[in-house]
Amino acid sequence: MWAEVSSASSARSPLAQHFDDLEQQFEASTLGMWVFLITEVMFFGGLFASYALYRSLYPEGFAVASRRLDYLLGAFNTAVLICSSLTMALAVRSAQLGQGRALRLFLGLTMALGLVFLGVKVVEYSHKFHEHLVPGPSFRFEGPEARAAELFFSFYFAMTGLHALHMVVGIGVLAVLWILAWRGRFSPQYYTPVEVAGLYWHFVDIVWIYLFPLLYLISRA
Amino acid sequence: MAQSIVPQRIYWLVFITLLLLTLVTVDVAFYDLGWLNIYLALAIATTKAVLVVLYFMHLKYSSRLIWGFVGAALFWFLLLVGLTAADIFTRDWVPEPSGWTSSAGGP
Repeated sequence: MWAEVSSASSARSPLAQHFDDLEQQFEASTLGMWVFLITEVMFFGGLFASYALYRSLYPEGFAVASRRLDYLLGAFNTAVLICSSLTMALAVRSAQLGQGRALRLFLGLTMALGLVFLGVKVVEYSHKFHEHLVPGPSFRFEGPEARAAELFFSFYFAMTGLHALHMVVGIGVLAVLWILAWRGRFSPQYYTPVEVAGLYWHFVDIVWIYLFPLLYLISRA
Repeated sequence: MAQSIVPQRIYWLVFITLLLLTLVTVDVAFYDLGWLNIYLALAIATTKAVLVVLYFMHLKYSSRLIWGFVGAALFWFLLLVGLTAADIFTRDWVPEPSGWTSSAGGP
């Protein structure tokens, strides 16, 4: 028994010994990722629920504060993330077809688009710091809605910050995948890590799909 | 592996639809539709999210077990939002007994 196990692992078979076959292993891994994403829904969900609550309590304050965000940058970043979701989906497809070069290309493109997103975020954050819109002692906002506006910016930084953190983690995961792909670890029979990372990446995209209209586009009329 | 390979054309169609919906959501935000604005924004975002989940995340091609888990996520999220809203927005339905002073701020 021992000998069997060690010979299997020395041959670098992607099949772990506690699964019957690769298909069962794939199902278990994707299901595990979905379970993790459910916990993420709850994690972000708490923020979305409290955002909805305070926005309904202070509609005017949230509206004037939202107009201080650059919606063009937000829209641009939404497009960047949608592009990155496309390249991620194409990366998974290349892995399924066993196209190693295309897989590395699409993983690289996805990472690059992720970095573009974070770069735009850095520009936006630095504007907010210069305009004294970061909640805290140096927060400055004219008008009667200053307190509600500070609340809005607390949500803005908590939600986009948490989202950006997820992007950083995602880019790290993709970098590891790129190295594994370069070493030829994936095949049409075994590409589970690419699929699972794809699920995570698309989830982070979905969070932004909601954040963009909720934060940037409150009563622009 | 059992998982089906999605034709490239479908990915591109979903991608273009997502970009168009982004343009639409920006555009409608500049019309004052009153209370409709927020529901329209959420409806567009949800349409985009459903497209991403079904096609990019392969839910359409996944087992019923995974559908069940996704449904559970949705259910618990709606519970979270729904019960929070049910608490907050019904607080002033019941009249305050005379002689009491409110310490919690309602809407």
